[in-house]
Amino acid sequence: MRTGGDLELFHLTKRYGDTVAVRDLNHLIAPGTYVCLLGPSGCGKSSTLRMIAGHESVSEGAILLDKADISKLPPARRGTAMMFQSYALFPHLSVRDNVAFSLKMKGVAKAERHARVDELLELVDMSRYAARRPDQLSGGQQQRVALARALITQPKVLLLDEPLSALDPFLRIRMRAELKRLQRELGITFIHVTHGQDEALALADEVIVMNNAVIEQAGDPREVFNSPRTEFVARFLGGHNVIRRGARAFAVRSDRIVLRRGGGTEFDAAVCGIEYQGATVHLALKTPADEELSVVLPDRDFFSQPLEIGDTAGVAWAEEDVHVLAN
Amino acid sequence: MNDTPTKASYWQAAPMAVIFALFFVVPLVVIVVVSFWSYNQYSITPAFILSNYTDIFHGCFAQLPGLCTTFATYLQTLIFCAEVWALTLVIGFAIAYFLVFEVRSQTMQIVLALVCTIPFWTSNVIRMISWIPLLGRNGLVNQMLLSLGIVHKPLEWLLYSHFSVLLAFVHLNTVFMIVPILNSMARIDRSLIEAAHDSGASGWQTLWNVLVPLSKPGIAIGSIFVITIVMGDYITIGIMGGQQIASVGKVIQVQTNFLQFPLAAANAVVLLACVLGLIWALTRLVDIRKEL
Repeated sequence: MRTGGDLELFHLTKRYGDTVAVRDLNHLIAPGTYVCLLGPSGCGKSSTLRMIAGHESVSEGAILLDKADISKLPPARRGTAMMFQSYALFPHLSVRDNVAFSLKMKGVAKAERHARVDELLELVDMSRYAARRPDQLSGGQQQRVALARALITQPKVLLLDEPLSALDPFLRIRMRAELKRLQRELGITFIHVTHGQDEALALADEVIVMNNAVIEQAGDPREVFNSPRTEFVARFLGGHNVIRRGARAFAVRSDRIVLRRGGGTEFDAAVCGIEYQGATVHLALKTPADEELSVVLPDRDFFSQPLEIGDTAGVAWAEEDVHVLAN
Repeated sequence: MNDTPTKASYWQAAPMAVIFALFFVVPLVVIVVVSFWSYNQYSITPAFILSNYTDIFHGCFAQLPGLCTTFATYLQTLIFCAEVWALTLVIGFAIAYFLVFEVRSQTMQIVLALVCTIPFWTSNVIRMISWIPLLGRNGLVNQMLLSLGIVHKPLEWLLYSHFSVLLAFVHLNTVFMIVPILNSMARIDRSLIEAAHDSGASGWQTLWNVLVPLSKPGIAIGSIFVITIVMGDYITIGIMGGQQIASVGKVIQVQTNFLQFPLAAANAVVLLACVLGLIWALTRLVDIRKEL
């Protein structure tokens, strides 16, 4: 189904001299989706986002929003808005003037400008701070202002460049809930670049995993996590063991591995590390082939039959938990 | 050895304070004191008289709106000051912008910034004099214009004129604008420019709404340099003006030549008050201390 507001990347390529940052990306993003672009640094996710925003030229291909090619338009005329990694708030302007900036550039009258700004500051719960300067705000507050400034242009697509990376872990979890709430309320597409898989899984309606300038896998976060297509995805998302059998490789989730004493198992492995995590216990094991395995057990299961470092345990898994990986 | 931290910081500040007191505060006090002394053709006598000040402004207020010599000289100097300030500001800002935002590699930025300071390797006077073969009646510029048939007789206003003084001032002082503006601009986060662009600002709107406000401290510091230099100048105006153009600095220089030290001192105090007034007005516009 193609409805209004969908964003399509069509053979999108970015070259810097001889290096290819983004190679022939083809993808369709449905309107009103929370998309997370996930990948290690240098995988091309930021270049992709900046091309969509218009801060980076497109080497080849097109970006279609509502079926119109926006890849040659200036940033402000694309129907997108960007929230920068460091927020890029204007240090010499008050919160109100920061949020009003794009309206002022358009020549909107002051009264109307302030009415719209007040509306958006209300939305991000920053009305109290309208008169402050950015340097008088905390990181989380600055982010809310940056969000309001991006949203005042009424974009169809909001682009967020590692929006949570500057925050401390506690605030990060609070702000990501806030982002998700905003996206639900506004019903517009959010494209969120991150290198944190937990962030992507928690937020996204669709996860796009990128590596080496291409999309490795895209889809529903549950589907991507449960059936990683490649070894890279399995390893990058974490929580998986990649096991090789000759030329073939497959993934088994750490929490789906069963440890038994006695027969009926695939192989024996030696326990070489135990980490107590509260609700779960993380075990590191070494197989006879010198492969590392990680196993996550519920604390009750572990403490009913505790293991010590140096113990040997039989490793087993159910057939349906095996995901064959593409080479 | 067991000085408290406060005491230690006083000691650390002491060398600078001594130099400052010896070479700045003491001479300044001497000038103010001497400005109240009396003098005649061959001697200076300690006294407390105001006639040096009243002499400077003798008849000036009665003559208004006509300008007495003193007012005319101040006006002339202020006009130079305003013109030089405007030109060095525009040129300095443009060069600083180019160095910060157009030159990509940092090595190249440093090299080019150093190139801007190369003229300072020679003395002021030599840099001024080197304009003369270029601008003179039979200078290179006139010869070229004549041979191209653009003019039929040599241009007289090229040298020993308002134009040549202005040219030399701009040439000598633009670097005082470049360096502080460069310093302010280099601290501007580039993503701010992208953010302005993202919000639909045109190039000029970004310049006016983002770059100029954020360069203000540099502009203010550069302006102070340029204004103080031009207000007190007598060498540039002397050499490039062919000793024909008046300036406040020149008046003071002439008076010291005639050993009218108290009068020259009074003039210097009035000039100092004017310059401080200008700088005070500038600091009202920008809080410089906040930025240092």
